[in-house]
Amino acid sequence: MIAAKKTLLYGYGNPGRQDDGLGNEFIELMAKWIDENGIEGVSTDSNYQLNIEDADTISDKDIVVFVDATIEEIDDFYIDRVEPSGAKIEFSMHAVSPAFVVNLCNSLYDKYPEAYLIHIKGYEWDFAEGLTDKARENMLKAAEYVKDRIIGKKSFID
Amino acid sequence: MSKKITIEPVTRVEGHGKVTIKFDDAGNVEQSRLHIVEFRGFERFVQGRPYWEAPVLVQRLCGICPVSHHLAAAKALDVIVGAGTGTGLTPTGEKMRRLMHYGQFFQSHVLHFFHLVSPDLLFGVDGDPALRNVVGVAIKHKDLAVMGVMMRKFGQEIIAATAGKKIHGTGAIPGGINKHLSIEERDSFLKGADPLNADKMIEWAQAALDFLKDYQKKNTDFIDNFSKYDSNYLSLVRKDGALDLYHGVLRAVDANGKKVLNDVDYQEYDKYISEEVRSWSYMKFPYLIDQGKEKGWYRVGPLARLNTADFIPTPLAQKEFEIYKAYTNGKPNNMCMHNHWARLIECLHSAEMIKILLNDPDLLKGELVTKGTKVSRGVGLVEAPRGTLFHHYEIDKNDQITKANLIVSTTNNNEPMNRAVNNVAKSYMNGKETITEGMMNAVEVAIRAYDPCLSCATHALGKMPLEVTLLDSNDNVIDKKRS
Repeated sequence: MIAAKKTLLYGYGNPGRQDDGLGNEFIELMAKWIDENGIEGVSTDSNYQLNIEDADTISDKDIVVFVDATIEEIDDFYIDRVEPSGAKIEFSMHAVSPAFVVNLCNSLYDKYPEAYLIHIKGYEWDFAEGLTDKARENMLKAAEYVKDRIIGKKSFID
Repeated sequence: MSKKITIEPVTRVEGHGKVTIKFDDAGNVEQSRLHIVEFRGFERFVQGRPYWEAPVLVQRLCGICPVSHHLAAAKALDVIVGAGTGTGLTPTGEKMRRLMHYGQFFQSHVLHFFHLVSPDLLFGVDGDPALRNVVGVAIKHKDLAVMGVMMRKFGQEIIAATAGKKIHGTGAIPGGINKHLSIEERDSFLKGADPLNADKMIEWAQAALDFLKDYQKKNTDFIDNFSKYDSNYLSLVRKDGALDLYHGVLRAVDANGKKVLNDVDYQEYDKYISEEVRSWSYMKFPYLIDQGKEKGWYRVGPLARLNTADFIPTPLAQKEFEIYKAYTNGKPNNMCMHNHWARLIECLHSAEMIKILLNDPDLLKGELVTKGTKVSRGVGLVEAPRGTLFHHYEIDKNDQITKANLIVSTTNNNEPMNRAVNNVAKSYMNGKETITEGMMNAVEVAIRAYDPCLSCATHALGKMPLEVTLLDSNDNVIDKKRS
């Protein structure tokens, strides 16, 4: 099948720090699913952190879905819309937020994609590889949600 | 009423820092300190792990400069597997690693200049915080922002091609490298459509440097006098004294340019360098043993490297080096903000080195790995973008790591950053009734000149704020700000 819109799924985090790798593993899972099902128009990417060059990466997409681990008090996952937003540079930070990337894209190219952020609940953040069971369960729920949206050609937020 | 100001980014796990500035009753700065809670547990974490895992494991330390840790660990393990102390690799092994390293330098220096520094320069230290970021740069100076984004992207793609992947790259292995560069990869970097090719990157690196030099001419007082102070300077240099970011001998010079560490073999670094522990900081304070704790502290990073090196072995960067050195009549440069000038000369050098290496046929073919007789101890040093990075490992007969000691660039710059904070706090805040955001940013500007890596390798949504707390002499909170 061909996705209705040119879509990028972009997970980020450090897979060497347990559940911080939720975004990366989500992307591995989805890339496999996209390949096995011959889905065109949906690409994937992942990295440790978002950074300024991602403004260029997202500039030719219709939809971008960022995926990150969260420690927020939620049951499993949720998705919300990302709008361009300026942000003060924090102290000496080298990474930026999804809203910052979208904002920079808009400033550089006078356009920006429809963007979302999936927050997936994580629990453990130590120096180790592999997700906790509960985090993996949350990630699988989020993946089913995204697959359903892609197959059904539905909006990412109802 | 005396008061204390704390600038404190709160993180979930580790790697956070805060600045505390304490005032006396007259409103003058009594004491200032930069505290960086650096996670030291990693050195224990790798104990018991097979040595060959280290180059991949150490990338968990940092999502910003994983390549530097990857290469420093690999160099230490080259020694352990008997592949020599930096010069024993095959031509392909060494040149692929160098390409990875210069890709890392290029993207890191670009990120620092365009993302963190140019907003301060373009909008002023006390400019509107809403504009004082790369988005503000994109609005006012789109050409500069596009350069920054695309140069960073080029460097990242060099890393991905040499390390194998963007996350937890596996390119460098004990004794060498695990892949060649493909002809397609080489051609895409050399002949790619504008702007993503080596020639354009050299042109843009020169343009960024010209921008900074022009800014310095128009803002000489600020750039030259903002937190200047004498120190020692330490870095690797090539045996003939050339700037070499990947390998060399350890050299330190004092404020007058006299060599106080004379091109020594870094395998014995612990004969020359020790680390002091102070009760108020988790991060240690390295110093040159011969000079003692009081006088032996030193700076690392771009400013230090251009103070220790005799020349730069690429033509455009050498020409710029000569201009830069002439500005201080050949003496060591002690101006904090000239770190940015030095950084952009290194950025140009990195772009030139990338092109030179891409044209080298050894990247496309040849033996990848050197083997030798195993030993139990190895030390690996590289010049990371932020300064000299030390990795030291020891293993047992079961090939398990029994000891690891890491001295990262930010630790080497611990005392210098504290000095910089103190200088700026006194210059900007002494006797002032109101502490403005601009004054607070001035302190951060001084720290940013050293490009410390305070961000931790893990992150999660909503947990990396910058918290500013004002306390009175009894530690009562009188104001709190959160970014």
